[in-house]
Amino acid sequence: MRTASRDAAPAPAAPPPVKLPPPDRAPARPWRRRLADQAAAHGFLLGGVLCFALFSWYPAIRSLVIAFQKYTPGSDPEWVGTANFTRVFGDPEFAAAWRNTAVFTALALLLGFAVPFLMALVLNELRHARAFFRIVVYLPVMIPPVVSALLWKWFYDPGAGLANESLRALHLPTSNWSNGADTALISLVIVATWANMGGTVLIYLAALQSIPGELYEAAELDGANLLQRVRHVTVPQTRFILLMLMLLQIIATMQVFTEPFVITGGGPENSTVTVLYLIYKYAFLYNDFGGACALSVLLLLALGAFSALYLRLTRTED
Amino acid sequence: MNRTPTPAAPRTLISPLTLARPRGRLLYWTVFGAVVLLFALAFLFPVYWMVTGAMKAPEELARTPPTVVPESWSLTGYTDAWDLMDLPTHLRNTLVQAAGAWLLQLVFCTAAAYALSQLRPAFGKVVLGGILATLMVPAQALVVPKYLTVADLPLLHLNLLNDPAAIWLPAVANAFNLYLLKRFFDRIPREVLEAAQIDGAGRLRTLVSIVLPMSRPVLGVVSIFALVAVWQDFLWPLMVFSDTGKQPVSVALVQLSQNVPLTVLIGAMVVTSIPMVLLFLVFQRHIIAGISAGSTKG
Repeated sequence: MRTASRDAAPAPAAPPPVKLPPPDRAPARPWRRRLADQAAAHGFLLGGVLCFALFSWYPAIRSLVIAFQKYTPGSDPEWVGTANFTRVFGDPEFAAAWRNTAVFTALALLLGFAVPFLMALVLNELRHARAFFRIVVYLPVMIPPVVSALLWKWFYDPGAGLANESLRALHLPTSNWSNGADTALISLVIVATWANMGGTVLIYLAALQSIPGELYEAAELDGANLLQRVRHVTVPQTRFILLMLMLLQIIATMQVFTEPFVITGGGPENSTVTVLYLIYKYAFLYNDFGGACALSVLLLLALGAFSALYLRLTRTED
Repeated sequence: MNRTPTPAAPRTLISPLTLARPRGRLLYWTVFGAVVLLFALAFLFPVYWMVTGAMKAPEELARTPPTVVPESWSLTGYTDAWDLMDLPTHLRNTLVQAAGAWLLQLVFCTAAAYALSQLRPAFGKVVLGGILATLMVPAQALVVPKYLTVADLPLLHLNLLNDPAAIWLPAVANAFNLYLLKRFFDRIPREVLEAAQIDGAGRLRTLVSIVLPMSRPVLGVVSIFALVAVWQDFLWPLMVFSDTGKQPVSVALVQLSQNVPLTVLIGAMVVTSIPMVLLFLVFQRHIIAGISAGSTKG
């Protein structure tokens, strides 16, 4: 009685979830057929899942394990407790790397966010040559990052580099750019911004185009001037995209490697060593894989917080 | 009264009415000109500087103040780069790595996405969760344990270092592309697939002759992502290919940058950029549409 009523009661009320199979199909099949279905399904999955297991899941677990080991390829690993972490914490480059990464991320956010925002805002008002602007702004994104890094290294050259030549042509004081300890980091941020902002501009442009025109119309009728319309219509209407892009950019820039590796080699005076660069150095210069994994775990924890927030926000929006 | 002569343009921040006034038009064209100039200076001029830099004579390249237009146009920067930096080998390496990664991704990611979307495997939810969880783990943070794995594959004890498979296989573990495919497959009407089944098509046949032809747009996007990702990658190939002869062009460029004259290096930089820039110019409509569409989904 009770089970029957329980079964009967919710059935008409709740519509079945979308992904459920049609109710009459699955049970009607003989077990042999279902087994064959499952075997086929897993056959299709196998290759992909194997690659995920080998190159994503296993390394993730392994970084946690090796972080607590003395690990040299070729010889048996040795448990060392938290020795890797204390050694890494004691490295003077550790603080520098985190500070540089944080400053880089903050500057990249300031520059790589404000500039594309303004650029998209202006581009959206232009009614001519729209395709041209979109292509041109995205062009640097398609140039391989190594090439843009080498290109800017050349621009920053203290001798005949374009950066100082331009300043000289304008009778402005020259700068050390990537060769000065206090200007190196911002020089790298300029490179990263130049190379990557095309994507941000395009995404933001698309978001701007989805704002209903009536909102601007109404705001204007209420006497809102240009800045007020930006503040009270544009920003609130695109707040979600702004937040998403910001998080994505934080995650991306915290993993910066190519620019410091190619342009400055971490120098001058460790002013551009980033966390990922330090991980690379531990593994391939010091041959200290335990220390490299300890650093990786710390970076993962820092990035994981932002990633989780990002995924959470995208979920709720869906 | 309020209607503008061209109703096609949607209303944006500035009303068409304001723009139609003489002062508005003047302002519009001033801003337009300024933006064209800014874009040309910021994005096109560096590219121009690079392309022409390789054509200058070495002594002209080192001159201050620099010449804006090369005094004599010469292609030796490019031809020397081709020979001195062994670009054919490195470009071929990159091409092999990118093509293999693309092909394997197409095969294994579409198969897995199809299984997860339509075949209802047992524990499919768990597998999908595990795949999506890797989106939260930024790839670069795991390069060192991934390197150790590739250097000594578990159980098989294979060493994939200096082998293109070190690029190909990890490329398959691309949760973003797999999820993109799965989401697309989810939207294929069930009736279409059932009709194929009734007609006697097996699962593979359904995938190849029904699902894939319907998925051309998403396959295009995934293909471009896969190719670009390998072509642009630097840290991973830097770790994996210590053998100079196996290195892709991105790694070789950096490794050799100290040992060649500047004109040669710049020539090599231009040559390295050409395939990606061409890809972009040919598919720019799709690429820009793809990026823009990504935003509305969040």
